[in-house]
Amino acid sequence: MKKTSADVLPVEGGFGNEPLLAVDNLHVEFHTRQGTVRAVNGVSYTVSAGETLAVLGESGSGKSVTAQAIMGILDVPPAVIPKGEIRFKGTDLLKLTEEARTQVRGQRVAMIFQDALSALNPVFTVGWQISEMFRVHRGMSKADAMKKAVELMDRVRIPAARQRVNDYPHQFSGGMRQRIMIAMSIALDPEVLIADEPTTALDVTVQAQIMELLAELQRESQMGLILITHDLGVVADVADKIAVMYAGRIVENAPVHDIYKGPAHPYTKGLLDSIPRVDLKGQDLYAIKGLPPNLLDLPTGCAFHPRCPYRQDNCVTDHPPLHEISGTRGSACHYWREVLDD
Amino acid sequence: MTDKERILEVRDLVKHFPLTQGIVVKRQIGAIKAVDGVSFDLHKGETLGIVGESGCGKSTLAKVLMALERPTSGSVRISGRDIAKAKGAELKHMRRNIQMVMQDPYTSLNPRMTVGDIVGEPYEIHTEVAPRGDRRRRVQELLEVVGLNPDHINRYPHQFSGGQRQRIGIARGLALQPEIIVCDEPVSALDVSIQAQVINLLERLQDEFNLAYIFIAHDLSVVRHISDRVGVMYLGKFVELGKDVEIYDRPAHPYTQALLSAVPVPDPEGREQRERIILQGDPPSPANPPSGCRFRTRCWKAQEICAQEEPLLQIRTGTGHESACHFAETHDVVHVG
Ligand SMILES: Nc1ncnc2c1ncn2[C@@H]1O[C@H](COP(=O)(O)OP(=O)(O)OP(=O)(O)O)[C@@H](O)[C@H]1O
Ligand SMILES: Nc1ncnc2c1ncn2[C@@H]1O[C@H](COP(=O)(O)OP(=O)(O)OP(=O)(O)O)[C@@H](O)[C@H]1O
Ligand code: SF4
Ligand SMILES: [Mg+2]
Ligand SMILES: [Mg+2]
Repeated sequence: MKKTSADVLPVEGGFGNEPLLAVDNLHVEFHTRQGTVRAVNGVSYTVSAGETLAVLGESGSGKSVTAQAIMGILDVPPAVIPKGEIRFKGTDLLKLTEEARTQVRGQRVAMIFQDALSALNPVFTVGWQISEMFRVHRGMSKADAMKKAVELMDRVRIPAARQRVNDYPHQFSGGMRQRIMIAMSIALDPEVLIADEPTTALDVTVQAQIMELLAELQRESQMGLILITHDLGVVADVADKIAVMYAGRIVENAPVHDIYKGPAHPYTKGLLDSIPRVDLKGQDLYAIKGLPPNLLDLPTGCAFHPRCPYRQDNCVTDHPPLHEISGTRGSACHYWREVLDD
Repeated sequence: MTDKERILEVRDLVKHFPLTQGIVVKRQIGAIKAVDGVSFDLHKGETLGIVGESGCGKSTLAKVLMALERPTSGSVRISGRDIAKAKGAELKHMRRNIQMVMQDPYTSLNPRMTVGDIVGEPYEIHTEVAPRGDRRRRVQELLEVVGLNPDHINRYPHQFSGGQRQRIGIARGLALQPEIIVCDEPVSALDVSIQAQVINLLERLQDEFNLAYIFIAHDLSVVRHISDRVGVMYLGKFVELGKDVEIYDRPAHPYTQALLSAVPVPDPEGREQRERIILQGDPPSPANPPSGCRFRTRCWKAQEICAQEEPLLQIRTGTGHESACHFAETHDVVHVG
């Protein structure tokens, strides 16, 4: 008998105190000719219904790879997941069969990709591409699926959706194509949406439109949203809580207000301090010194130690665990108290 | 500022790209008005920031200033001489004086050339600046100036990080000791933690060599930090031009106001109360800009006159700086950075 997601996943509310989605001690490695790239080294985060988690961090810190692991779209090999769990409503997705996984992917957990603008197929109309979701996953007829596509285009506020449904991707602007990608990702009413840098390639005025749209969709459907970004402004605007990544690890996690009031990790503090401020015009910007780490050859102890102004001897030798600062907050720094006090 | 020496004068600058149809016989059916009447001055040691949405003509303006593209009309004068009218030795000399740092540190450097060859390449054309025997020393000096190890002169671009590659590009821009450097999105491709290093470097070099910068970027708080004056572009034209405080604290043009209000503030306190102008729709095509004021199709203040009469960039009643709106009015909705 064919298993559906309803067979393998507990029904609504049946997952007790578990958050909607929980990444737990996830490890991802890539086995390459140059050596083993430890892209994700024990990442844990959670998102609940209606909540927005922002994942922030240096380029190459493992934000997208973590997301790809959640979606189950890593290429294995070269990728290997030696350890960890990804629980959706209490069920570990990593233990599901590929068939069961397919039922979750795109339908219950969906993703908007970082390079969304090139993710649309240039040879099919946007209407065809959106309606495909309904034909493949819901078994709808062509005509019905097309009707749904128009509805969705309306919902993401593409003007004159009915007239434009047969246009090709190149006939839309960057912001419009991003809306079409959003339409496809929410087509099947997912419970969790992962948005990987959804506005990085867009202008601020268009970014504001897209972020407002995402917030509205979230209010309507109570999706859990994982927003991957490096924009500290966007995070401050929309996030409920934040996970900051560095060299494949979460170095700090906290509710949004706490982090902006006083970061508890030197890397987070460096990022916040390097934002240009009007009252400091004419002075040097604060700059985190040094270079991002090489994942093939991670520094010993704390991976941030070569760049850290708080470093002491034990930072070079001892790896700092994620210290619990409060029930909702943690920092992976031996000297988080000093950082918090500054 | 006015008592400082004017080094660059741009007047009514226009750059249209022909729109053609047909494969064998090409017919011109129109033009993309990428830059459509831009005027400004730049003074020694000054930074003019340029902001505006994708496709508004910033990079095209930069290329015309660099004489990489010929203007359709209008003039660019460097130290009083028109670059379009210069030829031979004079043109070469003028080109020496204006250099460029590009956006993408990953593709703008030739991967098969060593750092020494890349930074020293301008000397091949301008042999008078550094005689052959002196080049290596010069290049090593330049590497040191931008904070790179002079011993790395024989390495290749892929052996450097993004921020370091951007420094290589800056060293090359400095090689001919120009007075003007055009920076087109010099930090956009870099990691947040590296951007501040490069910006500090640009500012230090400016003080040291009295450089004038044209600084194009889409991060409005970075532009504010580095600029003395800022020009806001929309569909090939400046809609507002003024000192940094005038543009950021007292914007007079509705487009500038919308642009500034769209920038997310990196502080979650009071985010629910923030006033935000969300513009409807996309910018119109530069091949067919609206009549009158080009912003009117997205403007909440538009009246009949906006479709009929083009608002000129000028100082208007109640505002101390130039703006191109019939209903210009300073407004302090927003605070960036
Ligand atoms: N297929 C692969 N083979 C080898 N290494 C990989 C592969 N995919 C990703 N990586 C490496 O894993 C690390 C984490 O990459 P990831 O894409 O998650 O970074 P990121 O945090 O999303 O960065 P960015 O902000 O630049 O998008 C990087 O160093 C990357 O080079
Ligand atoms: N060589 C060319 N031929 C035809 N059209 C061009 C050419 N170069 C630029 N354009 C067009 O001119 C307009 C302005 O482009 P430009 O690259 O100057 O914009 P920009 O402000 O730098 O945008 P961005 O912020 O995306 O870099 C665009 O519509 C662009 O498509
Ligand atoms: S553990 Fe040490 S090196 Fe790492 S961030 Fe904290 S103080 Fe810096
Ligand atoms: Mg990524
Ligand atoms: Mg450009």
